[in-house]
Amino acid sequence: MAMRKPAQPTTSRSRAWRWFHRFGSPAYFYFFAGRWAPRFGHLAVAFFLAGLYFGLVVAPPDYQMGDSYRIIFIHVPSAWMSMFIYVVMAVSAGIGLVWRIKLSHAVARSCAPVGAAFTFCALVTGALWGKPTWGTYWIWDARLTSELVLLFLYVGYMALLAALDDWKTGSRAGAVLALVGLVNIPIIHYSVEWWNTLHQGATITKLGRPSIDIRMLVPLLIMFAAVNFYFLAAMLNRVRCELLDQERRTRWVQEVVNG
Amino acid sequence: MVRTSASARKPSPWTVFRVSVTRDLAVAWRHLHEGTHPLLFFILTVSLFPLAAGPDPVFLRQLAPGILWIAALLSTLLVLDSLFRTEYEDGTLEQILTSAHPVVLIVLAKVAAHWILSALPLVAVSVFLGMMLNLPAHAYPAMVLSLLVGTPAMSLIGAIGAGLTVGLRRRGLLLALIVMPLYVPILIFGAHAVQSSIVQANWVSPLLLLGAILVLSLTLAPFALVAALKTSLH
Repeated sequence: MAMRKPAQPTTSRSRAWRWFHRFGSPAYFYFFAGRWAPRFGHLAVAFFLAGLYFGLVVAPPDYQMGDSYRIIFIHVPSAWMSMFIYVVMAVSAGIGLVWRIKLSHAVARSCAPVGAAFTFCALVTGALWGKPTWGTYWIWDARLTSELVLLFLYVGYMALLAALDDWKTGSRAGAVLALVGLVNIPIIHYSVEWWNTLHQGATITKLGRPSIDIRMLVPLLIMFAAVNFYFLAAMLNRVRCELLDQERRTRWVQEVVNG
Repeated sequence: MVRTSASARKPSPWTVFRVSVTRDLAVAWRHLHEGTHPLLFFILTVSLFPLAAGPDPVFLRQLAPGILWIAALLSTLLVLDSLFRTEYEDGTLEQILTSAHPVVLIVLAKVAAHWILSALPLVAVSVFLGMMLNLPAHAYPAMVLSLLVGTPAMSLIGAIGAGLTVGLRRRGLLLALIVMPLYVPILIFGAHAVQSSIVQANWVSPLLLLGAILVLSLTLAPFALVAALKTSLH
């Protein structure tokens, strides 16, 4: 009674799979990223310039902090990106670990330095902002401390990748570490907040006022777009390098390199 | 007939766990001098703090929770390096990972034995070190309990780092780098349980949070550890 199954109709599911496979192929993605990285880069520059113009020139000074608050146009987007990129990195690494997709590992590896740079930027701008606001460069504020621990997490991930010579082993080990870190980040965040409230009263809420002036909000949103475009551009460029390095024995890389 | 002999050959998970722990303890018993190293390191580190910060008893009492917890954290880190080293070098680790028994349990048993050997003595000695640091008598339950709950969580999380770096020749510092940030919540809750009990505030809630971290790491860390070991061996 061997009844043949009816042939699978070409549904959107199988089309999605074909797209998925093609997109996951390093050679395809290399050229795709090559087309899109500069576009994102140009967008990032345009948005940065617009955001800085509106933030530094058009937006009015704060009634309490004067002009010093203007650093939020750098600080807040960097701090947000630092956490967002860690999530992107861990999820991508997790996908690479489970389905053994080389491209996901390449994306995860490329996220780390960009995320660490944003974390560093958030820490430095936070410290610089602290001087006029708190009177000192560093206080053990909950958010600054969380950012510091996040920087340590990024550094640990990159150190592990650098120590493991084999690309595949390194990527998989890094993926385990990134996922453990992802589970830990909320715990770290809430423990630091709990610790902080025990030691000192509530610190100044930076964006606590519900009615932020629209002239301040618009440049902030523009800067958010700018950092996201910058992240995409920087990450895609790094992915291209990772793929070239990883596929250096294949024909398409030979063709790219030899012209 | 066949079924009974098969079930007789396959031991229960609890037996697997127990046998693994006993085996590791027996091995450690024959190298007892090595087992004392973390303990000596703990005592030495704690004794260095008064030398650096001054012998004032009131000041030392304020610092005591931090000193004890950081010393415990450092000695836990230091011994993690040896957790899978001999097993990796002589090939036992591969046997464990390919064994027919639940790998998660065997690996968990290794961490448990490691904790019994390296951290349990610290908890006992911390009572004497607490006296040297002028810890008030009513703070001892909090100190002992917080170390008792916090150190297994540190061993479990640290074991993941040890598993990830087991294939590397020089890994001591790298292991510390990747594991230390993950210890932040344990350090905060553990040291604060002791701190709160010194000023006779509520020290049970940080202890409960520490217990929550232990439960979480007990349920999740063994699986991450197996993944880490498999990664390192392939």
